[in-house]
Amino acid sequence: MNKEKTKKTSILRNDGFQTVISSILCILIGFLIGYIVLLVINPKGAGDAILAIMKNFLYYSSASAAKKYLGTTLVKASALLMCALSVLFANKVGLFNIGVAGQYVVGAGASLYFAIALGMPWYVSLLAAIIFAAALGGISGFLKSYFNVNEVISCIMLNWISLYCVNMLLSLVKESSTPYTRPLSSANKDGLLPNMGLDKIFSNNKFVTIGVVLSVIMAVAVSILLDKTKFGYELKATGMNKHAAKYCGMKEKRNIIVTMMISGGLAGMGAAIFYLSGIEQWMVQQTSIPAMGFNGIAAAFLGGLNPIGAIFASYFIQHITSGGTYVDKTMYCTQISDLMVAFIIYLCGFVFFFKLALNKYLDKRDEKIAAKMNEGGEE
Amino acid sequence: MDNYAIEMLNITKKFPGIIANDNITLRLKKGEIHALLGENGAGKSTLMSILFGFYQPDGGEIKKDGKKVEINNPNDANALGIGMVHQHFKLVECFTVLDNIILGVETTKGGFLQKKEARQKVLELSKKYGLSVDPDAVIENITVGMQQRTEILKMLYRDNEILIFDEPTAVLTPQEIKELMAVMKSLAAEGKSILFITHKLAEIMEVADRCSVLRKGKYIGTVDVKDTSPEQLSAMMVGRDVSLAVEKKPAQPGDVVLDIKNMSVASKRSKKDAVKNVSLQVRRGEIVCIAGIDGNGQTEFIYGLSGLEPVKSGLIMMNGKDITHMPIRKRLVSGMSHIPEDRHKHGLVLDFSLEDNIVLQRYFEPEFTDKFGFLKRNAIREYANKLIKQYDIRSGQGPATKARDMSGGNQQKAIIAREIDKNPELLIAVQPTRGLDVGAIEYIHKQLVAQRDAGKGVLLVSFELDEVMNLADRILVMYEGEIVGEFSPDKVSVEELGLYMAGSKRMEVGAHE
Repeated sequence: MNKEKTKKTSILRNDGFQTVISSILCILIGFLIGYIVLLVINPKGAGDAILAIMKNFLYYSSASAAKKYLGTTLVKASALLMCALSVLFANKVGLFNIGVAGQYVVGAGASLYFAIALGMPWYVSLLAAIIFAAALGGISGFLKSYFNVNEVISCIMLNWISLYCVNMLLSLVKESSTPYTRPLSSANKDGLLPNMGLDKIFSNNKFVTIGVVLSVIMAVAVSILLDKTKFGYELKATGMNKHAAKYCGMKEKRNIIVTMMISGGLAGMGAAIFYLSGIEQWMVQQTSIPAMGFNGIAAAFLGGLNPIGAIFASYFIQHITSGGTYVDKTMYCTQISDLMVAFIIYLCGFVFFFKLALNKYLDKRDEKIAAKMNEGGEE
Repeated sequence: MDNYAIEMLNITKKFPGIIANDNITLRLKKGEIHALLGENGAGKSTLMSILFGFYQPDGGEIKKDGKKVEINNPNDANALGIGMVHQHFKLVECFTVLDNIILGVETTKGGFLQKKEARQKVLELSKKYGLSVDPDAVIENITVGMQQRTEILKMLYRDNEILIFDEPTAVLTPQEIKELMAVMKSLAAEGKSILFITHKLAEIMEVADRCSVLRKGKYIGTVDVKDTSPEQLSAMMVGRDVSLAVEKKPAQPGDVVLDIKNMSVASKRSKKDAVKNVSLQVRRGEIVCIAGIDGNGQTEFIYGLSGLEPVKSGLIMMNGKDITHMPIRKRLVSGMSHIPEDRHKHGLVLDFSLEDNIVLQRYFEPEFTDKFGFLKRNAIREYANKLIKQYDIRSGQGPATKARDMSGGNQQKAIIAREIDKNPELLIAVQPTRGLDVGAIEYIHKQLVAQRDAGKGVLLVSFELDEVMNLADRILVMYEGEIVGEFSPDKVSVEELGLYMAGSKRMEVGAHE
C-alpha cells in the first residue's frame, strides 16, 4: 500500500503535471472572478456573457461560420504564440523581455513597409520583420551586457520609440482617406502569405495561411533548441549563472545579446505572420502599443514557460479575447470584454504561485505520512 | 546526580528515504562547553532544527532542567532560553548593532522605541563578557568578528541560558578565533551552557569540556575532552582512522609549466593594484602553495591568471605559450584546470543537473556534441556515471540530481572530478577544502597529491596553514598583493610563516631561475 502512495505522489510531483493543474486552476478562478464582477454590474446578463466568452466562435450556430471564425482565432493565436515564445526564450536565459511589444511593433512596421512600399514578396517581408525586430532586441541585450542597463527599463522605452517610429514610417503607405495602411490584397498580392489550401479547411477564410503552421513549427523548434542543443545548453547556463558561464569560457556577454536578438526576432516574426495574412491594417495614429506583445507575457506564463505549453496557452487566451467581442453590448459597456479577459489573463500569472502552494502542501503531507509510518513502528 | 540544562533523549527523525537522526541522545550540562562533532550530513543540523522547533521528532523527548518540554516552533525555543549563532549570521545589514540586538524584543512606550535602557543593557553585557561592539555602527560596515559578537549579544540580551554556536570559527581570523574562545569560556564560567558545533578538532581540544560525536545520523558517543586525542575524535567522526597528515613522496619537479612575470591586477575596490608585480613559476610534479590571509590579493591573482579579470601588466606563460590575453575557453582547452574558490558562484550552475555540471568544461567537444550542434545526451549520461563512480560522488538521483540538492562535499567532489578528468597540465585549486569535513578534505588532498605525482603542475591557494604545511612542496606567502616570502615547508615553522602573512617580515623574492 505504501508503494502505491509513493507512486501517486510522484505524479503529483511531476513538474509538467503541476503546471497543467495550476494553469487550469488559474483559468477557473479567473472565470469565477469575472463572473462575480458581471453579476455586480448587471446580474441579468452575467451567465450569458460568460458563456459568450467561453464559446467564442461557437456563438455561430452554422458549422461553416463557426469554422471560419475558428480560423480567425487561430490566426491571431499564432501571432500571440510567437510573442509568448519570445518571452519564454528570454526568460530561459534569465532575461525579462518586456520589449516583446515593441519588437512586435517593429516587425509589423518592417513587414508592411517592405510589402507595400517596396513591393517585396512575402518571404522577404517576413525576413525583414525578423531582422529589424531582432536588431531592436539586440539593442537591449547590448545595453544589458556591456553597461548593465536593466533590460526591463530599456525595453519599455524602446517600446514607445518603436511605436512612434513605425507610425511615422507607415504613414508613407497609408490610404489617403483613412489612417490605415493600404490593404495588402490590393497593394501587393505577392506580399500576402500563401494559404496552401489551409483556407479551404476553414470555410474559405482567406486569412488562414501558412503562418499558423509556421508558428507551431517555431514552438517545436524553440523547444528543441533549448533542450537538445549545445547552443541551448550555453544559453541556459548563462541565464542560471553567468559567473559560472564565464568561468567555463562561454561568451556570456555575447549570449545575452544573441538571446535578446532571437527573442526579438520571434516577436517580429509573429507580427509578420499576423499582418502579412491581411487580417488587419495598421492604424498609423494609434497611441497605445498593441496588446499582442503584452498578452504574450501572460501566454508564456500560463503555458508554464514551456514552448509546447505556450501553444495551448496562446490559443486559450486568444479564444477568450475573441470571445469577449460577443458579449451583449446592450447590457454591458463596450470595455467589458477587455475587462473580463484581463481578469482571466491576470490570474494566469499565478500559475507559479499555485505550483509553489501545491509543493508546500505535498511536503507537509509527506512529512505526515512519514510520521504515521513511524508510529506504525519499524518496517 | 548531574545537572543537565537540556537533554535530548533518543531523538529519531526520518525523512522520506533517509533517517537523519537515529536514536540520538545529547545531554548538555549546566555551565559546560559541549562540542557536537560530525561530518557534513551526519545529522547535526537536523538535531539542532529539532531543538529549535523547526522539525518535530518522530521519536524521543526533550527535557529542560529534568522536565519534559514540547518545542513546537522557534518561539517556544526562545521562551526556554535557547539561543543560536548561525553559521550565516541573521542580521539586518542596514541596521545598527543595537537595532539588531533588540530586534523582535523591543521595549516600546506608546508605539515609540525605548532604546536608552536597551543601550545600557547592551553596554553592560558587552563589558561583562569582553564583547566589544560599537552599538551605533551599521552591520554592513563592521568586521565579521564584530558581527558575530553582535549575534552573541543578541542571545545574551534575551537572557538565553543555552547558547548554540554553529561553526562559529569558519569565518574568523586566527586572532578573532582566540578572542571567541575566551568569550566562550567566560560565558561558561558564568553558568551558561554552550553547545559548540564544529568539525575543527583543534578547537574542540582547546575549549570544550565534553564532545558528542554523530556519524551518518547515528550517535557514536560522548567523551571527556581531557581524556581524548584529536586522532580518537576524528576516528569516531569518520568511522576509521584518518591520517591527518598527508603522505607524499618528495617532489620531483620537471619542466616549468607556468611562468608568471611581473603580473599586476587592478583592484575593483581601491585605486591601488590588488596584485602587484607578482612573478612565480610552477613546475610539473610540484605543488606550489600560495599562503596568506584572506583578502591579500589571492582572489584577484587567480582571476587574472584564469582570465576572469584582465591583467593590468605582466606576462603569463603556460607551457611556453603567452596566455596573458587569451580568452578563458582557450586557456582551459590548452591545459589549464581551475577549481574555483567559490563553488556556488563559479564552479557550478546550481540549477543544472549533476551531469550537465560535469560536462561544463567539455560539453562542446565532439564527444558530447554532434556536428549539427545537438548534445549527445547518452554520451553525457555515460560520462557522468563514470565520474560519479570513479570519484564516489553521492547524490539522491544520480546524474539527474540538481546540483543545488547535493551536499557541499559532493558538490566539490563533482568539480574536482570534472577538473581533474580533463587531464590538465596545470591544476589551479583555490581553497579546495573550504567548508568540508575531514573525510572529504582527506580525499581531496590525496587527489591533489596524485595529480602532482602524475606530473602535473599544481598551484594551490589556501588560507589554512595546516593545509599549506601538509601539501606544499614550495610555499609562497602573499601579503597585500605581493609575494613577500618563499619557503620550503620542512625548513619553516608555522609561526615564522604567520609573521610573513601578517606583513611584519618580508624577504626579497625576485625572479628565480
